[in-house]
Amino acid sequence: METIVFALLNGVIYGLLLFMLSSGLTLIFSMMGVLNFAHASFYMLGAYFAFTIMGATSFWIALFIAPVLVGLVGAVVERYGLRRVHANGHVAELLFTFGLAYLIEEIVKIIYGKTAVDYKIPDLLNFHAFTIYGASFPAYRMFMLFIAISMLIGLWFLLKKTRAGLIIQAALTHPHMVGHLGHNVPLIFMTVFGIGCALAGLAGVIAGNIFVTDPAMAVQMGPIVFVVVVVGGIGSLEGAFLASILIGLIQNFAVGINANFAEIFWFLGLSPTSEIGDITISSLAPVMPFLLLVLMLIFRPRGLMGEQEL
Amino acid sequence: MSIKKAALAAAVSFIAVSSAFADDIKFAFIDPLSGPMGPSGEAGYTSFLLAAEHINNNGGVNGDNIVVTGYDNKVNPKESLVQLQKAIDDGARFILQGNGSSVAAAIIDAVNKHNQRNPGDEVVFFNYAAVTPDFTNDGCSFWHFRFDAHADMKMAAITDYIKNQDDIKKVYLIGQDYIFGQAVAAAAESQLTEKRPDIEIVGNELHPLAKVKDFTPYIQKIISSGADAVITGNWGADMSLLMKAAAESGSNIPYFTFYGGSLGAVSALGEGAIDRLYQVTEGITNLEASDEQYALIEEYKTRFPEYDYYYHRAFNTLNAFKAAAEKAGSADPIPVAFALEGLEIPEAYGTLTVRAEDHQAQQNLYISTVAKVDGESVKYGVDNIELGWKLLDGGKIDASAAEQPTTCKMERPAKP
Repeated sequence: METIVFALLNGVIYGLLLFMLSSGLTLIFSMMGVLNFAHASFYMLGAYFAFTIMGATSFWIALFIAPVLVGLVGAVVERYGLRRVHANGHVAELLFTFGLAYLIEEIVKIIYGKTAVDYKIPDLLNFHAFTIYGASFPAYRMFMLFIAISMLIGLWFLLKKTRAGLIIQAALTHPHMVGHLGHNVPLIFMTVFGIGCALAGLAGVIAGNIFVTDPAMAVQMGPIVFVVVVVGGIGSLEGAFLASILIGLIQNFAVGINANFAEIFWFLGLSPTSEIGDITISSLAPVMPFLLLVLMLIFRPRGLMGEQEL
Repeated sequence: MSIKKAALAAAVSFIAVSSAFADDIKFAFIDPLSGPMGPSGEAGYTSFLLAAEHINNNGGVNGDNIVVTGYDNKVNPKESLVQLQKAIDDGARFILQGNGSSVAAAIIDAVNKHNQRNPGDEVVFFNYAAVTPDFTNDGCSFWHFRFDAHADMKMAAITDYIKNQDDIKKVYLIGQDYIFGQAVAAAAESQLTEKRPDIEIVGNELHPLAKVKDFTPYIQKIISSGADAVITGNWGADMSLLMKAAAESGSNIPYFTFYGGSLGAVSALGEGAIDRLYQVTEGITNLEASDEQYALIEEYKTRFPEYDYYYHRAFNTLNAFKAAAEKAGSADPIPVAFALEGLEIPEAYGTLTVRAEDHQAQQNLYISTVAKVDGESVKYGVDNIELGWKLLDGGKIDASAAEQPTTCKMERPAKP
């Protein structure tokens, strides 16, 4: 029972965090038709910016300023980088974002060093919210949950209930038509790219201190975000949301399962001492998302809610 | 390459140029210098650079200089073999590696083969941290020397301590899922059953190496298992992240570790680490030592402020090499390897003996826990915070007590 409660709580929080990262990525994908390999780098930038701003002022200021800064960096990248590269086709764009990811990592290494920085959670939130089954649940994780849900509602409101959202949605699928109607499509693209990056930055701000803020964090987070986007269905926000929560839950539940292959596939006569029978589900937890990715691509290539096939 | 490293490399090459009449003895340092485990490799690399610099400034080895060059293997055995070949082609005859027994196993195998196929062009491997016991037991090699206590030795120190802690009744084992983590779990299981049959092992968890970002689910599993203590061989990011999740959970289960000294582990726990995080090492900065040792610790910290003086064994490794080369009157691999067998050198915290039978260094071990820096018994902090390692009462284990039997049947080449 306690395993289930903890796995649910942690799974949902991790899932929402993944959504914060992948929502931007999936928006950018539906807009430009290219996976932004540097997306996780903006997540990293968010954490580092917050670390710097927090050092000078406070966490609360960082919480607002850092994502905005990351969004601005994203907008600049789109305006002066991607937009020019775009003329040369998708492969060029892909390579551009690929190179950009390395570039950002190296710049971060030069400025902040190769090791993790001591980005701490604010003292105000450094207490235990409640205790269940002998383990306390940190208030900061509840705060993450709160921020993630606010972001979810904010994003939904922006895209579905405002005029700007209407234009963005239209520009995603029919950019030429929107252009002919007199809207500045390049500006819309830049804004969406900036917002996507800002969301990744926000994820970095609230996750960097609970995980580790080091130059490797982008590389570690990158693959998972792609899994979310592909499993959810390329370009589908709802799909990305479902996939994020699904992956968050799967990973957390898998860790709690002690059964090994021998116990599950006993009918195959697998011995618990054999190489394969010895593998436990919990030791496979980090591989689960990728297993899901492979299965999804085989059996449902368009993802959970995607409209187009890869 | 960071600016500091570039400057350092420039300084080292300057020394090399300024004494062009002396030959260089090339050492290849093959370890992660980037990625999640990069800081672990970097801390080792900087220790070797400083050790080499000290030896070179004091007349070198028979008048020759030690040159240590870094090769980034990304903790990947395959990549390590590429780097090893590169290093051998660059003229390195001494290999330094420590992070990851998976890598060390690959290097031992490759070095054995290389030496068999290239007589007269042998390579010797100095292992400073890969502690799977097999390397100096059934899998021993004449070309491999280990300067860190192996997993069984460290585990013996931990279990001897736990043996006398009557309130520990349930122990949880968590480790990295590869040959080293498995060796640690096996050692813990067999030694606990022998020394404290009443202790119940309530969990034996292996997680993937350097892949887990959030250990919270693992920690919650530990808590719900009702464990009184956790034993782990985790190192690098896997250690500091485990501690981060432990700190968050608010539980106060003690952690008995091999590598609690990994960068960031103490700062992750903060004051919660006091009397709760334990480690077994060949020395800690807050032991009684000579003024030169204190000066060395301080020099290291000034030169490399991001890290702490942790890899004492890096200094031991190169000092043992120097002593062996001087004893043999040669810095060639075979004479050095023979001279190392049975060699005894004084080191900062005792005496180090290279056991001839299996090439496992025998040295004092120290169990320490975290305490506040008070300027006296706890002089040096770690992770740039005011917490440092403090020797436990009765935490010193003499080399003779730490010694473990070996099953090694060494095959030696013809003595020159």
